[in-house]
Amino acid sequence: MSDKKYWQSFGERNNSEAFKQSSENEFKEELSVDGIDDKGLLDAKHPRRDFLKYIGFSTAAAALAASCEVPVRKVVPYVNKPEDITPGVANYYATTYVTGGDVVSIVAKVRDGRPIKIEGNDLSSITRGGTSAKVQASVLDLYDTARLRYPVQMTGNGPKEVSTFDAFDKMAGDELAALAGAPVVLLTTSITSPTTKEIIASFLAKFPGSKHVQYDADSHSGMLLANEATYGKRAIPSYKFNDAKVIVGLDADFLGTWLSPVEFAYQYAQGRKIDEKNPEISKHYHFESILSLTGSNADERFVHRPSEAGAVALALLAELGGSVTAPTLDGKLRSGIKKAAQDLLANKGKALVISGSNNANIQIVVNAINEAIGANGTTIDWSAPNQTRQGIDSDFASLIEDMSAGKVGALLIYDANPGYNYCDADKFKTALKKVKTTISFNERLDETSELCKYVIPSPHYLERWGDTEPKAGYFSLLQPTIMPLFKTRPFEDSLLKWSGSPTAHEDYVRQYWIKKAGSPEAYEKILQDGVSEPAAPAPASATYNNAKLADAASAIGSIKKGGALELVLYKTVAAGVGNHSNNPWLLELPDPITRADWDNYVMVSPKFAKDTWGIDIKSQAQADKYEVNPEKEVVKVKSGNKEVSLPILIIPGTHDAVIGIALGYGRQSADEKNTAAYIGRAAVGVGKNLFPFAFFNGTTIELYAPDVTAEKTGETFKVAQIQTHDSYEGRTEVVKEMTIADFKKSPEEILEERDKELKPYGGLQNYSAEGSLYAPYDKPGIKWGMSIDMNSCIGCAACIVACHAENNVPVVGKGEVLRYKDMHWLRIDRYFSGDPYDAHSIQTVFQPMLCQHCDNAPCENVCPVSATNHSSEGLNQMIYNRCIGTKYCANNCPYKVRRFNWADYLGGSSYPNDQVFSGVGKLGDAVLMMNDDLTRMVLNPDVVVRSRGVMEKCSFCVQRLQDGKLKAKKENRPLKDMVDVQTACQQACPTKAIVFGNVGDGESLIAKTREEHHQRVFYALEELHVLPNVNYLAKIRNTEIIAGLAEDKKEEKADNHS
Amino acid sequence: MHYKLIAKRTFFSFFFFAFIALSNRLSAQDGKQLFQTNCASCHNPIKVVIGPALKGASERVPDKKLLHEWIHNNTAVLSSGNKYFNDLYSQYNKTPMNTFPNLSDADIDAILKYADSFQPPTSAPTAGGATATAPESDNSLLYGILTIILAVIMLTLLQVNSNLKKLSDDKEGIPAAEPIPFYRNKAYITFVILILFVIGGYFLVQAAIGLQRTKDYQPEQPIFYSHKVHAGINQISCLYCHGGAWESKQASVPSLNICMNCHMQISEYTGKDKLYREDGAEVDGTQEIQKLYSYTGWDPQSLKYTKPGKPVEWIKIHNLPDHVFFSHAQHVRAGKVQCQTCHGPIQQMNEVKQFADLSMGWCINCHRTTKVNFPDSTGNNGNKFYSIYEKFHKELKPGDSITVEKIGGTECQKCHY
Repeated sequence: MSDKKYWQSFGERNNSEAFKQSSENEFKEELSVDGIDDKGLLDAKHPRRDFLKYIGFSTAAAALAASCEVPVRKVVPYVNKPEDITPGVANYYATTYVTGGDVVSIVAKVRDGRPIKIEGNDLSSITRGGTSAKVQASVLDLYDTARLRYPVQMTGNGPKEVSTFDAFDKMAGDELAALAGAPVVLLTTSITSPTTKEIIASFLAKFPGSKHVQYDADSHSGMLLANEATYGKRAIPSYKFNDAKVIVGLDADFLGTWLSPVEFAYQYAQGRKIDEKNPEISKHYHFESILSLTGSNADERFVHRPSEAGAVALALLAELGGSVTAPTLDGKLRSGIKKAAQDLLANKGKALVISGSNNANIQIVVNAINEAIGANGTTIDWSAPNQTRQGIDSDFASLIEDMSAGKVGALLIYDANPGYNYCDADKFKTALKKVKTTISFNERLDETSELCKYVIPSPHYLERWGDTEPKAGYFSLLQPTIMPLFKTRPFEDSLLKWSGSPTAHEDYVRQYWIKKAGSPEAYEKILQDGVSEPAAPAPASATYNNAKLADAASAIGSIKKGGALELVLYKTVAAGVGNHSNNPWLLELPDPITRADWDNYVMVSPKFAKDTWGIDIKSQAQADKYEVNPEKEVVKVKSGNKEVSLPILIIPGTHDAVIGIALGYGRQSADEKNTAAYIGRAAVGVGKNLFPFAFFNGTTIELYAPDVTAEKTGETFKVAQIQTHDSYEGRTEVVKEMTIADFKKSPEEILEERDKELKPYGGLQNYSAEGSLYAPYDKPGIKWGMSIDMNSCIGCAACIVACHAENNVPVVGKGEVLRYKDMHWLRIDRYFSGDPYDAHSIQTVFQPMLCQHCDNAPCENVCPVSATNHSSEGLNQMIYNRCIGTKYCANNCPYKVRRFNWADYLGGSSYPNDQVFSGVGKLGDAVLMMNDDLTRMVLNPDVVVRSRGVMEKCSFCVQRLQDGKLKAKKENRPLKDMVDVQTACQQACPTKAIVFGNVGDGESLIAKTREEHHQRVFYALEELHVLPNVNYLAKIRNTEIIAGLAEDKKEEKADNHS
Repeated sequence: MHYKLIAKRTFFSFFFFAFIALSNRLSAQDGKQLFQTNCASCHNPIKVVIGPALKGASERVPDKKLLHEWIHNNTAVLSSGNKYFNDLYSQYNKTPMNTFPNLSDADIDAILKYADSFQPPTSAPTAGGATATAPESDNSLLYGILTIILAVIMLTLLQVNSNLKKLSDDKEGIPAAEPIPFYRNKAYITFVILILFVIGGYFLVQAAIGLQRTKDYQPEQPIFYSHKVHAGINQISCLYCHGGAWESKQASVPSLNICMNCHMQISEYTGKDKLYREDGAEVDGTQEIQKLYSYTGWDPQSLKYTKPGKPVEWIKIHNLPDHVFFSHAQHVRAGKVQCQTCHGPIQQMNEVKQFADLSMGWCINCHRTTKVNFPDSTGNNGNKFYSIYEKFHKELKPGDSITVEKIGGTECQKCHY
């Protein structure tokens, strides 16, 4: 049997025995029927009579429990109903997601006074209605049980509540007054708000010698300094990926975590979408050390050591004709650079090079590259600089020196947590003790706040007023969507009060904006829209000055060469730099690349695994040993005097001399016992903190360690990886891809291929009617359909979290994920192709997989109680209250998208104490946290909370469909395409890869998409004649070879010869 | 019929704007109606409430034009510095009056005429003509008697048959078997057991199906609020209070400020009919209005809210399980279903009783028989949403119609998701 060309797991690739076995058993664990052994039923521990007794008793108990008492329910109306609230009708408020400098314009859905869902704001020209996983999940942070609920004074015995804000103001005021001229330092993350900046300035003016230091855990100070050196501006320009025909990424994960991923994802996808009449696509080269989300989307990808990042940039500049000498690099890498350079030169003015390095010298070289390819003023736009990252690492480093020297009188900390995410957090913590007055405004007692003297929590962004200016001239406003849940006060209010201003922050923002907008009405319009933007300005260039280039090049030359093994510290789309560490939706979000959740781990290359542990992933037995069990080898990674022990995951596409570990994990209070209370129950024991492994190079912080060792420990650790859970049992590939050249040459190839395959059943034309015994059904009115463009899908996982939020999809906890009981209705299947031992050859495909709503659904036929059946609108309906849990449907589903509720994860059961049990399957702390009354406020009241024992799956957001239809009916008009009805995943998608609508309406976007892209339309497992209502558009790569297909062709050749 | 009248208004009279629209359509002669829709929330013809009593207003302000101007746009008159009206304004705590630019002069005259000719009711108006429909004649008793008679005849005939058989057997010399008493006859016993099993099973199943169903549930509410008085006798549109039914999935119990729109002035029950609870106890209507005041904190003497309000905890009568999605807006606004279809003759109920059993079978039956409200051939009437069901629409013959079931109205995920 031939190897698989596309594989989700190594077992699948090798088609190993264990893999076959595991894919046959969809429900991997045997049901525990104890006491039955070989002796037969009668001699069993629980013989037949016992069984009958139990069944009789439980039937009677169920009848009793269900029947006798009907509880008296109360209905309590308002005394005075607010004018704009109608119970049962959602209101939408435009506001802005602001966390750690990140800014995304959003619309919050508020049901009966509670924000329950975040949607992108279409009016923002920056994000264009897109969101990210973190933005989608941020609504859950509002209801986080670990948020600090009142201002406190930290004492030896922990936090002591300060009864009123006045009392707090008095204490803080006294402390500040007693400083006697010692400087006050305000430490924040990057502040983009114009009003907050004003307030900070007026506060600082009251305290001579004081200053404001901005600190970004996700630092871009290398770039800021480089731009200052070459362009004379300490700023970050806007990028226009959509105008770039050639994009070269140097360690920049701009689709996932770098600078402004939601914006860039949209722009990037513009260049990747295919117009079938005139197929053109941008070319994306990527140079990196480990497989990142952006790298996995690249056309051509080359790997290098992190210590070589500067060398790669220099080599590229040299190829482009820059006056620098190219350092020596390994062969494949060098030819890759050459190729990229040729393409860049051929597309001058339509090319862009992005570097994610935080080394100022490397960024200076990158600026020279961009100058050489004419990007300045075309794809790099200086008309509206990006302001979301302003922190300079050396400012913070010198602040720590000042603090240690006792030169800082008071430190006021807002939204920054250097106690956790600074590379030398211990030094910061020691220095913090030397500061007389420390006040934190952070929302919880995090690693930094718990060491402060006073903490006055700021409200969540959904509870407050404010404004932001992510790009110069582009404003996005905040308005509260709920009354503050706790006794919190915006940080700006405190500053205003302490600087003696009588104005409250809310009024300050209002007055500022009325003045700016011209009138209260104009302000309200902006508030309603959420954004205020200038007419799109023409791209502007900045004056380039290459004076620093020679210095930079020589500085790069002296970068320390890496040792045998180097460590890369990367950010994931879920964890980032740890701003949402207690968010179970994000913790349970499978990483797009590794498909693991709940922990961080050591990403190693297949070669490294072979050399170190002898795990040859091409060998069936060894791959299975590694893969089938969740227990992974634990490795002790040492860098200098720092060490950390974490399990390994073998990820193809990783440089052989590099290992990667994600940042943003391992949150822990000073006293470990306090973590649950201070940081959060879900965050306890999740991963390890890798920030200490980053280093300060004298100017900036770099996220790698050039010389590390990795020792076997002999221990194992369970990693919850969901990639192997669902499989198509070796059926034909479910993805289709082509190169752009092939597509131009034979655009009908996919159509022909499909037609050929379906020939025996009537061909493409008559397949749906002739391929089946059953007569086709009438679809009288609406027929819902979805199209997913695999060229635009970047695998960012925003849709998965949106689906969780919209559909009350439960969090099951790590223990249950390990037992294959994850509940994601929508998963993004990640396929690799290529040679696992050749990191350069790896190509990745992302395929969002959800219920395909088959018109001829195999699940429907096998349900003994008809709990799943078909609607006239083409929906595969799942009726929870009818389901008895036979799981036949899941067994018969070829796509494996049905998920079974094994336990009462979300408190939907009507039996008391249904979540309280011990032993195997005991619900974890994160799950119980999700069941707190506070956290349950996030549930969508229009979707039932499923209890244990029922199957569930994607419903195409049927509650939104019904609501959209009702809206049209109320307004006495036909359904408006793309306005009335959008599914949650579609709305969340930053690249607009998902199109949904009524196929029956010829004018709808979905019908047009299928028409205009008919050459690329394909259905997963079409040959089964299940007639899915979800179609995919084949992936077109701008490469010479498709790794998956290349092996196909090789085989064909071999077959011909034999 | 009573409910038709309510229904007719239902769709026009919810919002204030709708009231204004309504007023344009009415003839100016309908002073009483105009008064009730426009003025009654702040004025009474003979009592001082939020504003002065309107009876005699035309005498107090002899300048008819000025009076019209005042009613059209009182702020303009106030700002013009008219002393009489400025004094009046101060006298009534400077409570601003609504403006009525849409009222014609004839309308205003009609209102004032109605106010002047108003006589305090010596006897309450006769109750609305809610004629109870005659109960459907019930033939089950007749059938029962017939069945028993037939059964007796059958038994007699059986007995005759067996006697005849016995006689013929005797005659032919066949020895008769020892007669078995019927209570030991296995055939009889089996038959009786079967009958008992069927009857017992029927009642058991019925009882099991009926578990948790609360048809005829009629709890005692914290305030004796009579729908008969409000919706029946006084003809208040259902949507005036239950506005949610037009917009939302929940009809919602009105907030207390809705009650106070009228009850700021109506502080006593003056209806002709006495109010009784189900158990026959007499209810003092005025006392119940006082309860409302205690909840809202309204002081009827000083005509002010003197205490903070607290919400009323009504007892919920119509309960659906969590796994059912039901939208009032879908049924009331899109489907044009009368409230009474599901809630029964609510305008005759002093205390609300659950009319339907709210079972799934009950829902489905209605979906099977209700016709879809298609737009007609000109594209008018009906709900234009349904124009997407083109295929059905084309097949539609005059006088023919499509039921809700035909367009998927009985599919599971219409209600369960």
